[in-house]
Amino acid sequence: MTDATLKDTAIRRRISLPAIPVSVALAITWIVVVLLIAAFAEKIAPYGFTQLDLRNRLSAPGNVAHWLGTDELGRDVLSRLLVSIRISLLIAFGATAISAVVGTTLGFLAAHFRGVVEQLVLMLTDFQASMPFLIMALAVLAFFGNSLPLLIGLMGLFGWERYARIARGLAISANAQGYAAAVRQLGATPARIYLRHILPNIASTLIVSTTLVFPEVILMESGLSFLGLGVQPPMTSLGNMVGYGREYLTRAPWIMLAPATTIVATTLAVSVIGDWLRDRLDPTLQ
Amino acid sequence: MGRYFAIRIGRALLTIILVVTFAFVVLRLSGDPSLMILGPEAPPEVLAAFRKAWGLDDPIWIQYVDYFGAIAKGELGRSMRDGRPAIQLVLERIPATLALTLPAFAFKVALGIPAGIYAALNRGSAIDRAVMITAVAGFTVPSFVLALLLVLVFAVQLGWLPSGGQDSWRHAILPIATLGLGGAAVLARFTRSAMLEVLGQPYIRTASAKGVPWRKVVTAHALPNAAIPTVTILGFMVGTLIAGAVVVESVFAWPGVGRLLVVAVANRDLSVVQCILLLVAMTMVTSNLIVDFLYGFLDPRLRAKGAHA
Amino acid sequence: MSAPLVEVAAISRTYTMRSGMFGRSSAVHALDGVSLSIRKGETLGLVGESGSGKSTTGRIVLGLEPPDAGEVRFGGKSMAAPGTPEWRVQRARMQMIFQDPLGALDRRLPVADQIREPLDVHGLGTGAEREARVQELLRSVELNPQHGRRYPGALSGGQRQRIVLARALATKPDFLVCDEPVSALDVSIQAQVVNLLADLQAELALTMLFISHDLRVVRQISNVVAVMYLGRIVETGCADDLFARPEHPYTQALVSASPAPGRRSAGRIVLSGDPPNPAARPSGCAFHPRCPRAISRCATELPALSSIASDRQVACHLVSGSQAQSQDAA
Repeated sequence: MTDATLKDTAIRRRISLPAIPVSVALAITWIVVVLLIAAFAEKIAPYGFTQLDLRNRLSAPGNVAHWLGTDELGRDVLSRLLVSIRISLLIAFGATAISAVVGTTLGFLAAHFRGVVEQLVLMLTDFQASMPFLIMALAVLAFFGNSLPLLIGLMGLFGWERYARIARGLAISANAQGYAAAVRQLGATPARIYLRHILPNIASTLIVSTTLVFPEVILMESGLSFLGLGVQPPMTSLGNMVGYGREYLTRAPWIMLAPATTIVATTLAVSVIGDWLRDRLDPTLQ
Repeated sequence: MGRYFAIRIGRALLTIILVVTFAFVVLRLSGDPSLMILGPEAPPEVLAAFRKAWGLDDPIWIQYVDYFGAIAKGELGRSMRDGRPAIQLVLERIPATLALTLPAFAFKVALGIPAGIYAALNRGSAIDRAVMITAVAGFTVPSFVLALLLVLVFAVQLGWLPSGGQDSWRHAILPIATLGLGGAAVLARFTRSAMLEVLGQPYIRTASAKGVPWRKVVTAHALPNAAIPTVTILGFMVGTLIAGAVVVESVFAWPGVGRLLVVAVANRDLSVVQCILLLVAMTMVTSNLIVDFLYGFLDPRLRAKGAHA
Repeated sequence: MSAPLVEVAAISRTYTMRSGMFGRSSAVHALDGVSLSIRKGETLGLVGESGSGKSTTGRIVLGLEPPDAGEVRFGGKSMAAPGTPEWRVQRARMQMIFQDPLGALDRRLPVADQIREPLDVHGLGTGAEREARVQELLRSVELNPQHGRRYPGALSGGQRQRIVLARALATKPDFLVCDEPVSALDVSIQAQVVNLLADLQAELALTMLFISHDLRVVRQISNVVAVMYLGRIVETGCADDLFARPEHPYTQALVSASPAPGRRSAGRIVLSGDPPNPAARPSGCAFHPRCPRAISRCATELPALSSIASDRQVACHLVSGSQAQSQDAA
């Protein structure tokens, strides 16, 4: 094969890449919008999210001053929604990152040391997988009270066992034969083998797992906040808004519907992207 | 065979020990129990007496062993709110929770499993697509949103059903529907993929190629094999019967274990929280054990595999 | 001829295999008292069927796993324990060529980065020197800089094996273990890679352990040959001499089965019986169930490896001393 034909096929491959289904394109667009909102929430919000407008309490959506209406204290629902998106995404991203790092690290440790370390990690993954996370999270919140860093850390304990299982399994097979064994016999340190070689090779599988964990973290956080045990006022989050909006379900359903729709759309979008990535990157993962 | 069950029971005990350890560690890390229970204004001599009485001056490992001893005897402390034994408070809430979770469980099984099987057997049909869309919705719509939507439609708009409370059977309909719909969607999606996986196996194609009637292929070969993964998720669902209704009970003001837990967490009523935690752990462990025993019954190959695990 | 660089003294390796649900474990003797010695600048060819313990020998000689008994000495010193810092430093002096070059390369890195990797790992030279060395290595394995920018998936099997070779040579090692380096390649490519290996070996005065089941390749590249059967060495000797006058019945069978120019195929010895299974090692001489000349003594008594000529050793009851040499000269 000459270089010219090689270049030719490379170009053709590049052209075929953007063949993205409409649902995935919509999902990606939604996620980009949500990310932009999270980044610039305070700048786009028409009002401060705690700013009261006592003359316009519980006003319906669609009026010029308040596009999405106001709540029981006359606070602008749109502004609160934008800030809520920021907080909920902050928690979800922080927690997903923690759980990916913790899980992958534990999986690599299990694969590297085997023996007792591996048994210990496997025992913890079994334990984590067999206990309902919501109950454990509620117990921790009962004992330690509540703060944003604690909430992120707590949510970060969600789903780590999946990364640990994947990382352990793939690292063991990479160590047993192939590139990892080859690099090891070059004299590379374990850190180099795991971080420079194994991690990039299993990254696509880990990313697909992330798209499974991320929506569940959003649902878990919004559930806790809905119960009044997650994000605490005056701070606001999507679940928190639904929780307080429920009091006005009959008179002002828009307070609760706006954040509820956002939660559903975001988890749906991440799931759609995840399914698409799984088909493209990793057909072995069920 | 004996080895398989011995390993499973060992694991179950280990999970219980881990949960107790978790509760102990969290309890000790969260602060001085004497101050938390007696309050910061308690006189020092009362505090000292309390510490002595509860063994808080002992080395930590003795406290750890004592903690196990107390739990084994069922001494799970008293509620900080009304001074009644925590275990009694929790136990009297269980019937209310089961009144929701048992019918919901039956609903999930009756709707989810047939829908999943039907969708898998008629892949690509309109019903398959409907099942899949519902299943995705069941995953992405959180239960509190579903609950509020049901209230909005059936209680507020139509006025057919009450929106909360526990006065009659009609009050139970919306909570059961919320629990059941979400669970049925999950179960349908799971059953469908388990069925599709089995239907793609060579032995199914062999059986139908040999001229075995399709009906018989499905009932004799596909269903029993697809049952194995489905039993796992059912086991997990059984494990959540006691405390799987935390959110739904809160939305509908239903006085069950879940609502008790939320109130206890909000009030930092540690004895009650710890009691529920242990109860949930035991339910989960028991249902996992039942699943493992069923596995041994459904699939003799797993016994051999389990021995090596 | 100089002093031995690698000395292998009576190494053994046993794996335990579990079978059945109650975990009845059985011992598999992968290696049983193997001794070898490779002189500086020489190539030892290790020959045998699969399951004979060739690859295990290669891994132990390279220090990738420790033997259960016996010792490997490299440059007069014993081998460091695998995974230790000393062991890692030692890797710069000894390298391995794998059977499957695609498996041995990281698919997510351009191959030039992978050739550079041993230099990075062992901290050899400055950044610019490493780049220059990579280009030099690419040229020495007859590839150009453009190949270096590609990923393993975009190269042919022969090119990949050249990359693996370039990577192995990066730190200027003294010793190379080649484990079936060409058996996964097309026959037309095999000769090119073997020629390249032979040239580089001569040019860099490399010491090599060359493992293969292919007698033609081994004959081409080796000075000394050792024949293995079920974890033991059954015959060693100079390559030319051993292939010309094999003494052990197993070697005779191997040689007769391998096509060679100028030799008639009429004398081909066809082995009967089961192929060797390390988990069920026959008593006595492990080869006796398949040996066309076995006598009753072979089934009970294990023959020792003994010298029959200055540099020829054979483990066979039928071959002893110089009088046996004439028997099968045909």
